[in-house]
Amino acid sequence: MLKKRKRSGVQEINAGSMADIAFLLLIFFLVTTTMDTDAGILRLLPPIVPDEQNTDVVNQRDVYIVLINDADQLLVEGAPMDIKDLREGAKLFMTNPDNSEDLPERRKVTVAVCQQRVAENKAGVAASGSDEQAKQSYQELLNKWEDKLDAVRLIGEYNELPPNAVISLQTGSKTSYDIYVKVQNELEAAIAELRDELSKEKFNRKFSELNGKNDDDKPLIKAVRLVYPQRISEAEPVEIANKP
Amino acid sequence: MSRFKDTSGKDTPPISTASLPDIIFMLLFFFMVTTVMRETELLVKITLPEASEITKLEDKALVDYLYIGPPSNEALGTEPLMQLNDQFAKLDEIDPWVKLNEERRDEKEVPLITRSLKVDKGTYMKIVTDVKQELRKSNALKINYSAAQGR
Repeated sequence: MLKKRKRSGVQEINAGSMADIAFLLLIFFLVTTTMDTDAGILRLLPPIVPDEQNTDVVNQRDVYIVLINDADQLLVEGAPMDIKDLREGAKLFMTNPDNSEDLPERRKVTVAVCQQRVAENKAGVAASGSDEQAKQSYQELLNKWEDKLDAVRLIGEYNELPPNAVISLQTGSKTSYDIYVKVQNELEAAIAELRDELSKEKFNRKFSELNGKNDDDKPLIKAVRLVYPQRISEAEPVEIANKP
Repeated sequence: MSRFKDTSGKDTPPISTASLPDIIFMLLFFFMVTTVMRETELLVKITLPEASEITKLEDKALVDYLYIGPPSNEALGTEPLMQLNDQFAKLDEIDPWVKLNEERRDEKEVPLITRSLKVDKGTYMKIVTDVKQELRKSNALKINYSAAQGR
C-alpha cells in the first residue's frame, strides 16, 4: 500500500517523529503530576464524654504533663525543660526503671497472673447468664487478658503501664503550631524508640521493620504495642497560666 | 541501518513504526487520566512543620483536608484562616463539612476517614485547638497533623 502511494507521487508525511512528540508530552506529565501523598503524625482524638461520666480519678504519678506556654517554652511535670530532653523524659515516664514514686507504678504481668484472670473472667461470662451487661464487661476483660497472655508468651514477663497512665499535652492559645508538632514528634519518637528497643531485644528486629500485613508479624506488633501503648492525650483544652 | 536491511531479506517488509505514536499516546492518556492534579486551589499560605516520625496516609480517597494558614491574598490580612474545599470557612462550618464528606462515602468507610490538618507552622494553637474541638463534636476523631519529612 505504502509503495503504491509513493509511486503515485503523493508525498507521505513522516510519522517517525510523532513518537518523540508524544514522548515529550508523556515526560511532561510524568514530571509535573505530583502523586502528593500526604504524611504526618496520626492521632486519635478522644470522643466527647458527658460531664457526669467523666469521673476517672487519675493518680498524679500516672500523668506526664507537658505544658507549652505562649512563648513556646516547655514546662514538664512542673519544671522547665528543653525540648531536647523531652524524648528521654517521656521514655523515663513510660519505663520507670528505678520504680520511682513520682512515675507510674508498673505491675509485672506473668503467665500465671494472666491465666488466673482469664479463668476468672471465663467463669464470670458463664455465671452472668442472661445479664447481658455483666456478660459484656466480663467478655471485654476476658479479651484483654487473653491478649496479655499472648503477649507474655511471645516476649516473656513484662512490666505493664497502668491503664490510665497518660502523657498529657496542653498548650497556650498563642503557642506556635511548629513547637506543638515538634513536641508531638518527640513524644512519638520516644515511644517508637522504646518499641524498637524491645522488639530488637526479643525478636531481633526493629519494631519499624515488622510488617503489619504479614500474618507472622501481627501478633508481635500487638504484643509490643501492649507493652508500650501510645498514650498521648489530646484532651480538653485547658487555659494555662502564662508563666514567663 | 544498512545492516538491518541486509538481514531482513527481500520478502519480509520492515516493521512499521507508524503505530508507535499510538502506543505512546495510549500511555500518555493513561497518565493524564490517572494522575490527579491538586483538586483545590489553596487560598492560604502553608509551610508545613517538619517532623521525623511521620506516617504516610495510605488511602488518599479516605482523606479530607483542612487548610489553616494566613491568606495568600494580602488584602485579607495576616490572621490565619481556615479553608475547607475551595473557600474560607468558619468554625461552625466544620460540622456540615464533615457530614457531607461522610454522606458521599460508603457507610463502611466512614470510620476510616482521616482528616488531615495542613497547618502553617507559624499559626497559633488557638485556632488549631478550636478546630480540633469542632472535629471532636462532629465525631471526626481520626486526625493527622500533616508534616514534612525532616531531620
